[in-house]
Amino acid sequence: MDFRVITDNFSFLMLQGFIGFGPFAGGTLRLALPAIVLGFLLGTCIGLARLAHSPWLSVPAKVYVEFFRGVPLVMVIFWFWFIVPVMLGRSLPEYAVALTAFVMFEAAYLAEIVRAGIQSVPRGQVEAATATGLARAPMMRYVILPQALRNMIPALVTQFIVLLKDTSLASIIGYVDLTKAAQIVNNREIRPFELYLFIAVVYWICSYTMSRYVRRWENAGGQSAR
Amino acid sequence: MNYNFDWSVLWSGQTGAWLLDGVLVTLKISSLAWLAAVALGILSGALRTAPITLLRWLAAAYVEFFRNVPLLVWMFFWYFGMPPLLPHALQEWLLDHGAEFWAGVCALGVYHGARFSEVIRAGIHAIPRTQFEAAVSTGLTVPQAYRLIIVPIALRLIVPPATNETLNLLKNSSVALTIGVAELTFQTRQIETYTARAFEALAAGTLIYLLLCLAIAAFMSRVERSMAIPGMIARGQSGEP
Repeated sequence: MDFRVITDNFSFLMLQGFIGFGPFAGGTLRLALPAIVLGFLLGTCIGLARLAHSPWLSVPAKVYVEFFRGVPLVMVIFWFWFIVPVMLGRSLPEYAVALTAFVMFEAAYLAEIVRAGIQSVPRGQVEAATATGLARAPMMRYVILPQALRNMIPALVTQFIVLLKDTSLASIIGYVDLTKAAQIVNNREIRPFELYLFIAVVYWICSYTMSRYVRRWENAGGQSAR
Repeated sequence: MNYNFDWSVLWSGQTGAWLLDGVLVTLKISSLAWLAAVALGILSGALRTAPITLLRWLAAAYVEFFRNVPLLVWMFFWYFGMPPLLPHALQEWLLDHGAEFWAGVCALGVYHGARFSEVIRAGIHAIPRTQFEAAVSTGLTVPQAYRLIIVPIALRLIVPPATNETLNLLKNSSVALTIGVAELTFQTRQIETYTARAFEALAAGTLIYLLLCLAIAAFMSRVERSMAIPGMIARGQSGEP
């Protein structure tokens, strides 16, 4: 075992692979951060649609969620990778394909989190808001969502951990994230054990730190009921 | 978008056989990995609640290490990183017997074992402490109390979150295509490569995954009904990473 392969290629692995500075359009964080933000926006819309009274909104939202939750992420990535060129008549860069696939896929999971968050707000809040004369939209905006968001934080961070790990799958269409960067280095150096162990540790540090944070937040009871 | 659909590519020539092979490999790798994951999950989940600190700590280390790293990295690790460290005879045997398949089983089984462990731990925590105390006071040893009382009850409580995990495992088996296991997603891509019919191939693969998931969910909901203990529900942490 020879861990010099890590120190020699450290800046490529971390700067190019993990963060996204370098000759390739890549980076784990450069994919994961926009994906969670955009996915949350889309997920909020879908989650709200699922709770809507009108079946014209709630049924398509339900179908969307159930569809994406029943299909492997690899499959979704391939869908966008192969179908988008046919639809647009030209191919898109890996980054755009990966980002679209992740946003659409994560939105289905985030929609469920948003829905659960909204449903966790006590019914009395809705009644009180209605009693003060608020219409549905401002009630959502000023009363329900701020409280729901607080309840959602642990689940959202957890979902971000899942997403961060899932971005490794973008490497199968050639997106240079941390995993692909390790593969590139491995093709030259043939040191699979050291390289894959190293990136495992990098992913682990990120996920574990965040999951500790979630647990502290949950144990502190600092979340809901206020 | 002008695209002429030609669904016949799915059954003309070899493609039908490829799809069927893919489904069979997906089911095979998933079920083997599922058995490994459930065994590891029960063992480590039970140990995490055990009265011995060292065992608790070891089980926690296993769970936290494996579930916080992407499955894809584990696939590469087991397929590329592990074999050079094995004895030569075992390496030879693996090369002749589909090393990628067994690496896939290991990766899926160990990764999902860590996730199952959390589900089972939640199930054990849902059992009132008095149940354990009663078992020990009737003269059972601690291992016996776990084997005969605690684990069987926990398993009956965790059917819904375990269903979720089973579906995740089935879907995650698609990641094995990266190390060359010819499972369903792999075959779907192969059909795309040979026929240049991306839409039809992907639609077929997607539909099969959806049907498999639906079938498992339906089966497990029957299991859930027959296994449920009236008045007790375990809150699984299905959203855990």
